Amino acid sequence: MIDQGMVWSAIIVIAVGTFAIRGSFIGLFSLIDAVPSRLELLLGFVPAAVLAALAIPSIVVADGSLVGTTDPRLIGGAAAAAATIVTDNMFVIITVGMGVLWIVTVLG
Amino acid sequence: MDATAVVADVRQGIRDVSPILVGIAPFGLIAGAAGIEAGLSAAQTMGLSVFVFAGASQLAAIELIGQGAGFGLIVVTALIINARMLMYSASIAPHILGYRERLKLLMTYVLTDQAYALSISRFQRSDLTDAHKTRYYLGVALTLWVVWQVTTAIGIMVGAAVPPTLQLDFAIPLVFLALLSKSIDNSGRQVAAIVGAVVAVLWALLDLRYNLGLLMGATAGVLGGSVWHAVYSSGGHR
Repeated sequence: MIDQGMVWSAIIVIAVGTFAIRGSFIGLFSLIDAVPSRLELLLGFVPAAVLAALAIPSIVVADGSLVGTTDPRLIGGAAAAAATIVTDNMFVIITVGMGVLWIVTVLG
Repeated sequence: MDATAVVADVRQGIRDVSPILVGIAPFGLIAGAAGIEAGLSAAQTMGLSVFVFAGASQLAAIELIGQGAGFGLIVVTALIINARMLMYSASIAPHILGYRERLKLLMTYVLTDQAYALSISRFQRSDLTDAHKTRYYLGVALTLWVVWQVTTAIGIMVGAAVPPTLQLDFAIPLVFLALLSKSIDNSGRQVAAIVGAVVAVLWALLDLRYNLGLLMGATAGVLGGSVWHAVYSSGGHR
């Protein structure tokens, strides 16, 4: 039996903690005039590092192991990556990736 | 304020986020259905989406609650998963604080992986004022919020009815991949991306459950890019 009071307490504490995490630097930077240049240098690497860490595992890892070379997700992801070379159009990139994913899934 | 400009920025945000919604909708359904299956009440499941509004940590909390875990483990696990947003907060703050600082509580509440990724990619353009950036960010982030709440509610009521064979969740990494291709415009950022990807993949191979590879990979990637910069910037750009 789940302790209802404990669940609500956990939800509230997670919510407050998550808000504090989200607001940490938004709050801090609204108090100071300029972001220190050393920190700014670090921040310049955040988008590339985050986007790679968001995208790549979802494409090359499934069920705790690397996918095989004929895996639909890997082939779909590779097709989408190839599409990024010729176009910036997000819909085209997604359509290519999902289309190849479905085709390889059906054929496989 | 020029209403046309506001609408244009917000509309651009909604347009850009729409491919992500294809992947977020089934995820929201799962967040709703999983809560009920694990034994949470409808109000608690909805409460997670409304108050926490961070999918991976919600699913982890739901799973742990269902397993009968204690308060401390549930809270600490969820907050560690969400610690990656420290980086988003630092990265995006300089862009969105110049306009209507009163909005900062709202902008804080709706900060997510997807809102961050889309916004920071667009903010690399130099022709955008802080007003454009703020409105774009809110267009993206609030659209995600609405879709997340609605799909959670549907998941609670009817379960997750999307056929898994469609693999709609794959649209999300594809969007991130497309944004990544635009963000690696110098060697330091390429190093950051490679280190970030490798560490995140290795972590995922060791422990798939809680998406911690994202935090580890992103942190390692930023450090890797910085070290690369420190070593090579003295000899000019390469």
